[in-house]
Amino acid sequence: MKITIQHLTKRFGATTAVNDFSAEIQSGELIALLGPSGCGKSTMLNMISGILPVTEGKIFFDEEDVTDLSPEKRGIGLVFQNYALYPHMTVLENIAFPLEIKKVKRAEREAKAKEMAKLVHVDMLLDRKPKQLSGGQQQRVAIARALIKNPRVLLLDEPLSNLDARLRIEMREEIRRIQTETKVTTIFVTHDQEEAMSISDHIVLMKDGFLQQVAQPQQLYDEPVNCFVADFLGNPPINKTHGVIQNGQLVLDGGCCVTLDKAAICKEGQKVTLSMRAEAITVDENEKNAKGIIEETYVMGKEVLAYVLLGDYKVRAYIPAEKEFTKGQKVNIGLKKRGVFLFDDETGERLA
Amino acid sequence: MKKAIHHFSFGKLMVYLFLILGGIIMIFPFYWMITGAFKTTLEIQMFPPRWWPASFSLDNFKEAMRMAPFGIYFINSVIAMVSCVTLCTLTTILGSFAFSKLNFPGKHILFGLLLGLMMVPFEMIVITNYRTVIDLGVYNTTLALIIPFTSSIFYMYILKGFFDSIPDSLYQAARVDGCSNWKYLWRVMVPIARPSLVTIILLNAISCWNSFLWPMLAVVNRELRTLPFGLYAFVSEGGAKTELMMAASTIIIIPMIILFLFARKQIVNGVARGGIKG
Repeated sequence: MKITIQHLTKRFGATTAVNDFSAEIQSGELIALLGPSGCGKSTMLNMISGILPVTEGKIFFDEEDVTDLSPEKRGIGLVFQNYALYPHMTVLENIAFPLEIKKVKRAEREAKAKEMAKLVHVDMLLDRKPKQLSGGQQQRVAIARALIKNPRVLLLDEPLSNLDARLRIEMREEIRRIQTETKVTTIFVTHDQEEAMSISDHIVLMKDGFLQQVAQPQQLYDEPVNCFVADFLGNPPINKTHGVIQNGQLVLDGGCCVTLDKAAICKEGQKVTLSMRAEAITVDENEKNAKGIIEETYVMGKEVLAYVLLGDYKVRAYIPAEKEFTKGQKVNIGLKKRGVFLFDDETGERLA
Repeated sequence: MKKAIHHFSFGKLMVYLFLILGGIIMIFPFYWMITGAFKTTLEIQMFPPRWWPASFSLDNFKEAMRMAPFGIYFINSVIAMVSCVTLCTLTTILGSFAFSKLNFPGKHILFGLLLGLMMVPFEMIVITNYRTVIDLGVYNTTLALIIPFTSSIFYMYILKGFFDSIPDSLYQAARVDGCSNWKYLWRVMVPIARPSLVTIILLNAISCWNSFLWPMLAVVNRELRTLPFGLYAFVSEGGAKTELMMAASTIIIIPMIILFLFARKQIVNGVARGGIKG
């Protein structure tokens, strides 16, 4: 089912949690709602679920306007960060509870619950209480409970944040598998870029209540629309430097000159931000985009992480392990086409 | 065992001595009452006191039962207690849920005012309750024993505390599934709060069973009296026959002692949690 969000705004008193948010989510996709803490992504999810009323704007499920519909009428399945399982009920009762409310007959709802339990691989734990389950198992039960009503949309609020590192990887693949099997349109909230990148079809990136970009994971990484998106994605973080365009060249603070094809489209004297991913920087004799000084090197095994001084900025670069550099050595810096971005200093918008 | 002896320090010894002394002080009235119930008139007035009755005859119990209708008092007590506890538990559950999970204007102010009422001593409320009961026209009926105790701010406060600790996400999860407030309360909140509820019911049952001042004011007819008031009346009407009084008292506390033996853990937990109610 397609979800259309038009100019959605949510205000709490004087603070605006979500600001004029418009996006379209295609049917059957797995969408990650990504952003730093407090960016409004959970608020966004709660508005889609109907738990929070909307201040302005509209939400459509396919062609149906659900903006003023109460949560139970929207046909959504919701998984909470702390799973919200009923502690006094067994796994089977928990999964069957949404049907119990709908007054489905016991035999029927238990059969359906067992089917759901099988889908999420908890069918051997049906008689346990939530307390007797591991975090990952609780998560599976919560997903089964959300799916039993055949929801039009499955919403997950930080589904993996309460799990340990190894389980997190296992569970995110499980979420992908379950979503692929059920083909239900799914939105999950996360602040973990790796989580979002690895399993989602599209990522919706938010900051301070504003939508930043909607794109496929690789596209988001390769073609960020602004400085924030570039900063937010990637590990190690992108190298960020500031400078001014002079004579068609970029002069970084501290006087380092960078020769850049992309600089041609900028105005003379414009202040810009040059962001470079660590893997886009080469330290090579032949390429001469800029000159830098090796500040520090860390052996990583297959490669070496080098800190290189470019003007006032210390940037991270990966260099092949077979090359040896000494501290303080002057080197030529090359910049690849991919992973090097120019942003306007004031607006943060992408220039090239 | 050996290890325990090794670590038996002087401080610990003092602590145990103190606890044993406290235990004796607590148990002594019960001991005196129960042995007294078996003594003859002569034995109980002896000085120095006799610690043990010469023979264990049930004559005092028979005599006490003959002199006052304790059977009727007992039934009255049970009716009053069961009605009070049932109604009070119901209103407590509904009130706590409203104050804990529902949003309505003036919620915090209202709850603050109700809490403020807890500061007013019971003896003062008695006067207004007395007027109310007369105005309602139920003075000197069983209803008069029940009506003032159909709600309790104290228990509501305890239960609200427990309801508050149940995460809101449970409520939201149920709401998303189309669960009504009513269904959510009885299907989710109440089962989760069962330990707290049991405690509240027990504390309430004990205080109802023991209540004295109000039954004395609210009813005058002999056949409407509850046990504690009946006992008092028995003493004042029948003269100071100490051994009969002891026998009657022993009969009265038996149900509470049985209740305590079965539900000791919950009662102790409840008193520890409530902190103020003895």
